[in-house]
Amino acid sequence: MKSLLEEMTEKALARNIPLSVQLDLTYRCNERCVHCYLDHDDHGEMTTSEIKHLLDEMALAGVFILTLSGGEIFLRKDFFEILEYARWQRQFCVKLKTNAIMIGEREAARIRDIGVESIQISIYSHRPEVHDAITLVPGSLKRSLDAVRFLKSQGLRVILANVLMVHNVDDYRGVRSIASELGVECTLDPTITPMMDGDRSVLSLNIDRSTLHEVFRDPALVGNVDEFCEVSVPADENSLRALPCSASHTTCYVSPYGDVFPCVQFPLPTGNVRKQRFIDIWRYSDRMNDVRSIRLKDLTTCTSCTHVKACTRCPGLAYSEGNMRGPSSQDCEKSFARTGVPSANMLAKKHSAMNLIQIQSLPNVTGAIA
Amino acid sequence: MSKLFLARNPRVAARALDGEMMIMSARDSTLFTLNKTATILWQSADGATPLDEIVQSRICAEFEVEASEALHDAEKLARELANHEILFVSEQPIPQSAPSAGSSR
Repeated sequence: MKSLLEEMTEKALARNIPLSVQLDLTYRCNERCVHCYLDHDDHGEMTTSEIKHLLDEMALAGVFILTLSGGEIFLRKDFFEILEYARWQRQFCVKLKTNAIMIGEREAARIRDIGVESIQISIYSHRPEVHDAITLVPGSLKRSLDAVRFLKSQGLRVILANVLMVHNVDDYRGVRSIASELGVECTLDPTITPMMDGDRSVLSLNIDRSTLHEVFRDPALVGNVDEFCEVSVPADENSLRALPCSASHTTCYVSPYGDVFPCVQFPLPTGNVRKQRFIDIWRYSDRMNDVRSIRLKDLTTCTSCTHVKACTRCPGLAYSEGNMRGPSSQDCEKSFARTGVPSANMLAKKHSAMNLIQIQSLPNVTGAIA
Repeated sequence: MSKLFLARNPRVAARALDGEMMIMSARDSTLFTLNKTATILWQSADGATPLDEIVQSRICAEFEVEASEALHDAEKLARELANHEILFVSEQPIPQSAPSAGSSR
């Protein structure tokens, strides 16, 4: 049975309404996480009035769920003014993403008074020496967890977001244990995202294939392991008409500089709200419509892949890799770790690697000529 | 029969989608969608217009129903929405303002 939100999402999809938007208020941050994909310098953030105007436009466009993120949102001196405006003047359902180290008892009470749906807080480990080595801020784990307690004591919904990487691969159980003790939710994401400028060096922090294999076989994370790890049935014509994800269909992302993207993980600029109305970018941007036009049957390589139906393929990561209709190697790795069956992309790469090995026989040929 | 006044709870999240209101409760984040009649009540709930006037001018006109029956159903619906803290219902006009910090009407 569909949830009410799923039903509303279907309606929004049918009417081309951006139901959910992530707005990053700033890229500035008081942590320096080793895996972060952002440039933390301020290159001209939107002003308070620009953001309020954007919120007006978003409300008119039908945006209901507004995720305020960054950077660190509490570094904006006008943060509470923006939050109050979003909640009380424009009636958004607001979710916050923060490291929470600036949230004390007073801030927690104020958030409660304004009313938000949830606050997602990045926690990388239960051990200070691991968490703080990722954020590069001594004492940050304690401050973040203190904030979780303040927020929880106000009756707010808190979600710990745990990004898994080589530094903290052994600690996700510890984070889940803390979440359980504090009575809050916990999510785990094994995906490191390339830098927004295209630099892919941070991807070296991704956990390796065998570790991912183990993580995907932890019943505490995935539930029924056999079900989770089974290979999906081949895609039929109908399933190939499905959308790759919600980016540009019911969701999009706006940067602190007003640039609009299909998703926070999809660095394809489609317009700027300082120059155009939000709804015009959403409806008429050629790039937004290009992303919107893609169906599973249009994907190069992936259409013929065993995993196409069940794959978590992220079009944004595929775009970062060079082709928004192509495969996302990180998701190929996940499908392989989950099922043990290589993706079509992995097989194609293996084939081309074999071709390269044949070229290595050239020195012998040269030798023979000599 | 005394007049009844309705006001929107300013603390809920709300958006119109395809002619129906989508509302998220401020109390427990439960999501509601309002049917067309409830949407009319929500949109007309300005704290100043009595329910019988809303029913007469908006509901009877829209749905071709008999006024007394429509008023009875509308009052029942309004009280249901009030139970979920989506609307406030009062026998006195309700001043509308943005919630202030700490308020929990």
